[in-house]
Amino acid sequence: MRDALNLRGNHALLTKANPLAKFASVFLISLVLALSIDWVSASTALLAELALFPLAGLTLRLLWQRAWPLIIAAAIGGWSTAIVAADSGAVLLDVGLWSISEGSLELGLGFMLRGLAIALPAILLMTCTDPTDLADALAQKAKLPHRFVLGSLAAMRLVGLMAEEWQTIGMARRARGVGSQGSPFQRLKATLGQSFGLLVQAVRRASRLAVTMEARGFGGGQRTWARESTYSMLDAWVVLGGLVIAAGAVLTAVGAGTWSFVWR
Amino acid sequence: MSATQNGAVRPAAISAEGWGWRHSGRAQAAIQGLDLRIEPGERVLLLGPSGAGKSTLLHALAGVLGDEEDDSDETGSLLIDGVAPREQRGRAGLMQQDPETQVVLSRVGDDVAFGAENLAVPREEIWARVHEALDDVGLRTAAGGGLALDHPTAALSGGQKQRLALAGILAMRPGLILLDEPTANLDPAGVLEVRDAVGRCLDKTGATLVVVEHRVSVWKDLVDRIVVLQPGSTAVHGSAGGTSATGGVLLDGPPDQVLSEARTMLMSAGVWVPGYVPATRERRNETHAAPLLLAAQDLAVSREKPRRKRFKTIPPVPVQTGISAQVRAGQALTITGPNGAGKSTFALTLAGLLAPVDGKVSAAVDLSQGAGIDPYRWKAEQLISRIGTVFQEPEHQFVTGNVLDELMFGPKHLGHGEERVDELLERLRLTHLVDANPYTLSGGEKRRLSVATVLAAHPKVLVLDEPTFGQDANTWAELASFLSELLDAGTAVVSVTHDQEFSTVLGGTELRLGPVHQGEATRQAAGAA
Repeated sequence: MRDALNLRGNHALLTKANPLAKFASVFLISLVLALSIDWVSASTALLAELALFPLAGLTLRLLWQRAWPLIIAAAIGGWSTAIVAADSGAVLLDVGLWSISEGSLELGLGFMLRGLAIALPAILLMTCTDPTDLADALAQKAKLPHRFVLGSLAAMRLVGLMAEEWQTIGMARRARGVGSQGSPFQRLKATLGQSFGLLVQAVRRASRLAVTMEARGFGGGQRTWARESTYSMLDAWVVLGGLVIAAGAVLTAVGAGTWSFVWR
Repeated sequence: MSATQNGAVRPAAISAEGWGWRHSGRAQAAIQGLDLRIEPGERVLLLGPSGAGKSTLLHALAGVLGDEEDDSDETGSLLIDGVAPREQRGRAGLMQQDPETQVVLSRVGDDVAFGAENLAVPREEIWARVHEALDDVGLRTAAGGGLALDHPTAALSGGQKQRLALAGILAMRPGLILLDEPTANLDPAGVLEVRDAVGRCLDKTGATLVVVEHRVSVWKDLVDRIVVLQPGSTAVHGSAGGTSATGGVLLDGPPDQVLSEARTMLMSAGVWVPGYVPATRERRNETHAAPLLLAAQDLAVSREKPRRKRFKTIPPVPVQTGISAQVRAGQALTITGPNGAGKSTFALTLAGLLAPVDGKVSAAVDLSQGAGIDPYRWKAEQLISRIGTVFQEPEHQFVTGNVLDELMFGPKHLGHGEERVDELLERLRLTHLVDANPYTLSGGEKRRLSVATVLAAHPKVLVLDEPTFGQDANTWAELASFLSELLDAGTAVVSVTHDQEFSTVLGGTELRLGPVHQGEATRQAAGAA
């Protein structure tokens, strides 16, 4: 968890772009993909996104490590759509209640590709964006209240600590005779107890951290920023890139005659 | 903001007149009737028994105590340079005990800049201050870690984190530096790192210092005045109530004078007066041919779990390898070594709480009694009646809502041994606390309770992780004597500790784990006693 949030060692081009520009770009792509349910627009966007991997310092391996639950969910979603959707065209597979036809397969494939095409930009964004830079941009450029933004940022650091704490509390409780074996009910009880222990520690840590921040003058009205969040030419390119991918997805789908609005 | 004019520090003066504070939701005041004057540039060590309100005073001076909304009570006045602390943010900087919560941001440079940003210091000046502060606390020298501004704060040692916190405080250019047991969670090397960094910074800035710490010898030469507070109301535990809150200053003067005048009183209050090693019980029958209970063979240890990849299991990178050790009935084994050498990880592996990465832990028949050879595979109930483990942080092990239930928990699950609980309560002075919530106890009481709860299951091997960290001299002596008694009665005691005096009391053998980068443990099995 702590490693996943650490950008050290990633010097890819997109790490230098302003987080808000990247966010705008991601938003554009997701918006367009949410409008249609065809597979052409989704795969066009997906291909373009895959081409962006090196720019964000992402590799397929890293992608799998960070996003395997999403990828599996997309695959399962596609598969079940293919099975459940109303049949149209030639039937390819028929097992009693379940059947897969050309039409339902196309729908399922479209669903899966779309899921991935919407998820990928968000993962790209996370890979090449430092949480601290994101907070700077949100507070300085998007003008969100700095108390909220910096409070969330500091709390996020504690989340990583809590993962370690969870393991320690688990061991500490085993040393008291609270096992994780036994019936599902006993396990649930043990997990609830451990969660409570973690909650207590989280609250204590959080209140100590709050004292630390307050003692460093946090919470006043005026504040300066050691790191200035700036826009550069790169950010114009990032937004333009997002526009191009979004427009490209729409145009290829319209050209191929597959574009169909979700509400139709 | 006169404190930041032309970057120079203006040392702060403190004056308290009849000052008192009651926390919201408490019946008794944490501190009251305090009359104290501290001149600009003075360096004061604040002593007093636990519950005297030392931390409350520091928090108040840092301006972080309570809001107008809650029902806490303030009496008298407490001023810095004649102004209430809350109305002058940044005039005082506070460092607390837990290094993890002294770090706010995830990069070293950003963390140091945080306080200065909040005080609206112009950007160019912030970075100048950040560089200077990091140099001053010695984090940029090769010996101090040579940290870059974008170094991740998560990768710092405890001592480094505290020095980072000090740098963050210095970057605010405060006239008053407040340290609340800043070194209680650190190993001896970390303690000196932090103390020396504080000394250097005070020499440079001339700021006023107020430090609260049990270990007087660490700070004695750095301060020029010791103030001893009277026991406050909370010294008597909540439900018991009773004694009237007195508070106020008991003794005040130059270190040597206070320490000689009040030596006996301070010792009885559990303060670590220089040159004082509390009397402890002597070991009586240190046998050398005792039966073997538990053995580690060529052990490699890590807290990480093995990862699965393409149907193969990849073991984690061990923090320490090649450890062999034997645990015998009635004998002490002390595990020592520098920070990060894997001492705690080894102890937890030995105690059956972590799976070995390589090598094995095997329990002898005398210990396993039919439960199998590998402690890691034992069920939790089987484990606690054989190997008891006391964690560094007592709160991690609390599983019920009051002290008595906490002690009865093990025996109830095992179905025997409940008669032992009364004896433990008595022996570890917890009888008056049976109804109290474990989380509300003092540090020393929590430590005693966590040892008692583990012993209630009557294990043959007791494993303790830094049992004396942050403890006052009284708890220390009680704990050491109690363990020496257990050892004589045949329990094996394994302790991870930096505390030389503690291991001397326990006797037995020392297992020294070397620094990690050498890859292998350097082992010394020499008689420690």
